[in-house]
Amino acid sequence: MSATLAADAPDPRRTFWQSTLRFCKREPLGTFGLLLVIIMALTGFSAEWLAPYNPTANDFGAMTEPPSLEHLLGTDQFGRDLMSRIIYGARTALIVGLTSAVFGGFSGLVLGVASAYFGGKIDLIVQRLSDIVMAFPLIIMALAVVAIFGPGVQNVILAITIPLIPRCSRVVRASALTIRSMPYVDAARACGFGHTRIILRHMVPNVMAPFLIMVTSFVGQAILAEASLSYLGLGVQEPVPAWGLMLQGGAEEYASTAPWIAIFPGVAIMLAVLGINLFGDAMRDALDPKLRER
Amino acid sequence: MYQYIIKRVLLTIPTLLGAAALVFLLMRLIPGDICLVRLGSGGASFDPKALAACHAEIGVDRPVIVQFLEFIWGVIRFDFGTSMWSGKPVSTEILARLPISIEIAVLATTVAVAIAIPLGTISALKQNTWIDVAVRIFAIGGIATPSFWLGIVSVLLVLDISAAVTGTPWMPPIDYVPIWKDPIRNLSMAVLPAITVGYRYAAVSMRMTRSAMLEVMREDYVRTARAKGLINKLIVNRHALKNALLPVVTLIGIEFAFLIGGLVVTEQVFNLNGVGRLFVQAVQNQDYTLTQALVMLTVAVFVFTNLAVDLLYGWLDPRIHFA
Repeated sequence: MSATLAADAPDPRRTFWQSTLRFCKREPLGTFGLLLVIIMALTGFSAEWLAPYNPTANDFGAMTEPPSLEHLLGTDQFGRDLMSRIIYGARTALIVGLTSAVFGGFSGLVLGVASAYFGGKIDLIVQRLSDIVMAFPLIIMALAVVAIFGPGVQNVILAITIPLIPRCSRVVRASALTIRSMPYVDAARACGFGHTRIILRHMVPNVMAPFLIMVTSFVGQAILAEASLSYLGLGVQEPVPAWGLMLQGGAEEYASTAPWIAIFPGVAIMLAVLGINLFGDAMRDALDPKLRER
Repeated sequence: MYQYIIKRVLLTIPTLLGAAALVFLLMRLIPGDICLVRLGSGGASFDPKALAACHAEIGVDRPVIVQFLEFIWGVIRFDFGTSMWSGKPVSTEILARLPISIEIAVLATTVAVAIAIPLGTISALKQNTWIDVAVRIFAIGGIATPSFWLGIVSVLLVLDISAAVTGTPWMPPIDYVPIWKDPIRNLSMAVLPAITVGYRYAAVSMRMTRSAMLEVMREDYVRTARAKGLINKLIVNRHALKNALLPVVTLIGIEFAFLIGGLVVTEQVFNLNGVGRLFVQAVQNQDYTLTQALVMLTVAVFVFTNLAVDLLYGWLDPRIHFA
């Protein structure tokens, strides 16, 4: 093996920390994104210890207070501390974002790989079904899900997961189709391996790169979708602290006299999605060998 | 080619039928009864006879399969019946709300194209310079910013600035006037929503333009064009851009199709009476006929935009053969 090839090939002996350090050196923007994501995750995990106030406690003596030392980001029209609500909101956003992305992604992965591998009628049926779900706008799907099952965190997750499935299965299917025609898949079949083994050992690992990138972007999309649904009153319900919910009602009404109520939750959503997208982009660049020299 | 078009048009039928079945099923799964809402009794006493009469009037007393076949037959004839809530023909209800939604969708697309294509191209041509970094940050910001929040903040800014300049706070009007009657009033209502929606839309298209342009600029035919001494402007405009726009056109088409029905949140923020609002009201009122018609409209727009984009693809890039 020549020296250049050896340098290009991923070194199996590189530890997790070494590859992380390499990623940080090559992708400063992505590192910034990763940092934002880590901060958000830590905030969500340790909301009980970080939040200075109870996020649902009203303080009618301190309504629509501007940001001060006592309330760092001010209070809303019910005297609830905005900082504490944003900290707890990170948890809600994380739960909805991660669960929808993981469930939507894995269902899409299974459908996409199976659709490409088996082809024929299964492929046709799966593709037509995806067409139907894709043509249904997300908000309308969510409206129906919420109308049937009622609002609440689980149903918001369901409403957001369903439209993500066909989007994932499309991309996975496209990469899986090229892998299916690879000689090593034919070889595996010639060896007499079963469908399950070929799918799990040969197909799935090879579609992992586009799949992981997509699931990362799904987390951001799901957080945005949750915020929109909660803002419309179709998502997470009071008193659960959620960023979209904080922008509903009072935020618009008090916007000119107490702009902090409208501004800070929006900034929180923006930073969260920004972090996830920056990290996802950097990951794509790092995983895609075609982009590496650019 | 013609065979391909016919095949594609035929393939839209199962999608439309499936969407029709899905919305029909979903609407009937929603608990509640439009007649109870219409009779105005939130669980209070009501006359069972009036309820039965109401059921007979809107036709929900018949077997579900009959209702479904009638709905499909109506879709085929473009006849969606009357709204179960207002009693007016569904087409009248939708046509009254459609102009504002279409106007915002068209304006937002214009904003997006006007920002995305030049900026995306410059960003690709000046890759890794400060211009490129600035454009990329602008773009990724557009994807991360919730458009409804941008709407709230922009209204807030307009209020504050107008109050500071003229002394009286100014708000965009919320009642729709056709553009040919009062263009200034019409535009002052539609511009802010168009910009807030257009920013996200522009961001997505900008990233697509940039990456497509980067790929195309490394193609052999661009090197050939350089080698034969063409000036840069010609290379970019004639050789590179035309080919780089292929994926961008697809994206713009798909996003536009989503906009028609997907303006729910924006219309809520700006208090506009468009199709998105009508959608929410129809679902909440359990207005089967109106919801079904609206879903069929958005799905049809989506399916046919996709079809148009695919056909346009073949026209833009003669190398693509349809089989």
